[in-house]
Amino acid sequence: MEIRSHDILLVGGGGAGLRAAIAAAEVNPKLSIAVVSKVYPMRSHTVSAEGGAAGVAKPDDSLDEHAYDTISGGDWMCDQDAVEAFVKEAPQELLRLERWGCPWNREPDGHIAVRAFGGMKKKRTWFAADKTGFHMLHTLFQTSLKYQPITRYDEWFVTKLLVDDGRVQGVVAIDVMSGKIQAITAKAVIVCTGGCGRIFPFTTNANIKNGDGMALVQRAGTPLKDMEFLQYHPTGLPFTGILITEAARAEGGYMINKDGYRYLQDYNLGTPQAKPVLRSMELGPRDRLSQAFVKEDQKGRTVKTEYGSVVHLDLRHLGEKLINAKLPFVRELCMKYENIDPVNELIPVRPVVHYMMGGVSTDINGATSLGGLFAAGEVACVSINGANRLGSNSLTECLVFGARAGRAAAEFAVGQKMPNGRVLAQATDEQKRLEQQYLHKSGGQERIATLRDEMQKAVESGAGIYREQSTLSQAGNKLRELQERYANISLDDHSQTFNTELTSALELGYMLDVAQSIVECALHRTESRGAHQRTDFPERDDQRFLAHSLVRRNSDGSLKVDYLPVKITRWPPGERVYGQEEKPKDGIKQAG
Amino acid sequence: MAEKIVLEIARYAPEKDEKPSFQSFEVPFRKEWVVLDALNHIKDKVDGSLTYRWSCRMGVCGSCGMMVNGEPKLTCATFLSSYGNGATVRVEPLRYFPVIRDLVTALSDFLVKLQSVKPWLIRKDEPPLSAGEFLQTPEQLDIYKQFSMCINCTLCYAACPVVGLEPTFVGPAALALAQRYNMDNRDQGAEERLGLLAHPEGIWGCTFVGECTRVCPKHVDPAGAIQQYKLKAALEWVKGFILPRGSEDQSKEVRP
Repeated sequence: MEIRSHDILLVGGGGAGLRAAIAAAEVNPKLSIAVVSKVYPMRSHTVSAEGGAAGVAKPDDSLDEHAYDTISGGDWMCDQDAVEAFVKEAPQELLRLERWGCPWNREPDGHIAVRAFGGMKKKRTWFAADKTGFHMLHTLFQTSLKYQPITRYDEWFVTKLLVDDGRVQGVVAIDVMSGKIQAITAKAVIVCTGGCGRIFPFTTNANIKNGDGMALVQRAGTPLKDMEFLQYHPTGLPFTGILITEAARAEGGYMINKDGYRYLQDYNLGTPQAKPVLRSMELGPRDRLSQAFVKEDQKGRTVKTEYGSVVHLDLRHLGEKLINAKLPFVRELCMKYENIDPVNELIPVRPVVHYMMGGVSTDINGATSLGGLFAAGEVACVSINGANRLGSNSLTECLVFGARAGRAAAEFAVGQKMPNGRVLAQATDEQKRLEQQYLHKSGGQERIATLRDEMQKAVESGAGIYREQSTLSQAGNKLRELQERYANISLDDHSQTFNTELTSALELGYMLDVAQSIVECALHRTESRGAHQRTDFPERDDQRFLAHSLVRRNSDGSLKVDYLPVKITRWPPGERVYGQEEKPKDGIKQAG
Repeated sequence: MAEKIVLEIARYAPEKDEKPSFQSFEVPFRKEWVVLDALNHIKDKVDGSLTYRWSCRMGVCGSCGMMVNGEPKLTCATFLSSYGNGATVRVEPLRYFPVIRDLVTALSDFLVKLQSVKPWLIRKDEPPLSAGEFLQTPEQLDIYKQFSMCINCTLCYAACPVVGLEPTFVGPAALALAQRYNMDNRDQGAEERLGLLAHPEGIWGCTFVGECTRVCPKHVDPAGAIQQYKLKAALEWVKGFILPRGSEDQSKEVRP
């Protein structure tokens, strides 16, 4: 087996991964840095992010207000020390991207422009029209090309983390083009593989978002955190699940039911005004809007279509000029995929799986409990998103915590010994496993797509917007059955060259593991908070559950859930209030 | 009668095939399906070895470009309905690229070309972050914005006859990207890039066919970028002959 060696190895080359790679290269240009990605980095799912990236930018705003919006938006499940670091470093990270050429929208005088976003009390969302993620990713990728220490492994698929002596020492990966299985050793590894939306049948997430990093890390003995907190975005296009950005509502769009009524007023989100009001109505947080949809559907006030119930997003009153200037991608997507023009037609939308608040448990520098292993971006749970992420915090999170993880890994790598022979034996074992279980295997009977469909149906019905004991248990049983059937998988493709059926099979394995973690954490959390709503436990329970779930995988495949207290610094738990004036508890008093 | 459409798909597995051949698959004709949905249907239900790239399914990641009935297309944005019930549609890998397998082409050469134009902001000075953002008015943004919309799908390479004849030609997307930075008022690297590109494999390779602009799914205008570039290069070249060194500065001198 061929072996390559670097100081730092990134798994994933999206927003967080590229930012981390650049940060590490800037800390120490002598380091050798590998970016290992299963796709060319500019294909990473950061590219699909639309609305913007939050960071205090204007004199009427303050870091404390950004922190309070984030913490209350997260239903007090955020670690407040992490949030404070996040809001403080957000503006400089966004500014750094400007210096690298990101085409941010501008005020007439040439300064950065910001827009409103859901759950945010001030305008602080930096944007590049409604293709913010696309522009950020391409800016990062193009900028990364000038850093000599960065070596890319494009279209290499990681199958295992190599761990020995209490620290991570590299990965095993398939070079997809040649099919060769190789070890790449490193002194520090940063996992930046994004989320896991493809576990669900209806998602905004790209095909590549399979929870790879979450499963890899958990299999290496390191826990995942808060996996029950999964975000449904309220406005996805039916059938495709394509996202219609929250910016459409921030620019003044209305959510209306089948009677043309702005139904959010019935769900404690404020009273309708002609112009958008911050932290109110359509600019409420995503969890509350998606939950309102379910209630509205139960009342029979949605529109039935062959792709499920929908409500409508109405942009008609905004006018063609504003839509073209601020929401061109929304118009393009509607025209291309729904054959409707939002300038004069209603957009059908329904809640769609969008974002995993949970993930690899890390500290404020992206470090996990395993030596040398770091994580950043959607794959990680730092945690700044708590029980519900605010729109436009995630792109910034990729930058702030990508950079932090990159710097921390660069420091860690110095002085570490080179990987030892035992991990190379592990790598050989991994090669044998891949050959026996997949490539050279014959006689299996289960099709990947069949298992995947059954998994998606199970998690959607068991762990959707509303959950309860019985449906979660059913989903858990189904996933155990699917894990057993997965061992009997059959592949049509035994080729070495660009074997995407093999990578799909491996991805399905990752998704099954992550799905089990979601269900297990959701079963154990017998309260309702943010995006985790239990119909059998409808109240928030701070006494028992102001705590993060930590889920580990035992060697027999069973899962174990523990709890870790939430870090409260200056904002004691309070009520989440939207649609009316409230006085933030700005935390002059310390919480206990 | 059930509604069907036939896809004739180019298949090629280097371990066993000498050259590509076509295989036909009948798939349901559904109005909401794009060509990519039909490929996924085949891979999931019929033949798991069918090989292609895809990811976002919303026309922005740039992975799923293929030749569809001889035209370079993003298959996630090309509806079966545009070919009609009962039609036969040919799906092939993007033209002019080496084929790795089935519908997957080699991108490594494109990445080298992309990097060769120095697609990053080049500055002579680097003020500290505390100095704030570089100012850029909406009008200044508009000057280059269109060229920043490229998703690297490489459809323009598959459309460009010069790429077909001369594989070393830097090509439309990379040249448009160079121009994206050249026209950005924050950038100071235009001269450096011009030196890299004013040669026969750079801008002078383009014979202005304009196919690149026609096929671009994001309405970038690489042909326009290259023409602007040529004009600038030509002016620089002419200036180099006619004017003595330093004359530009002298000409700017204002005499009372």
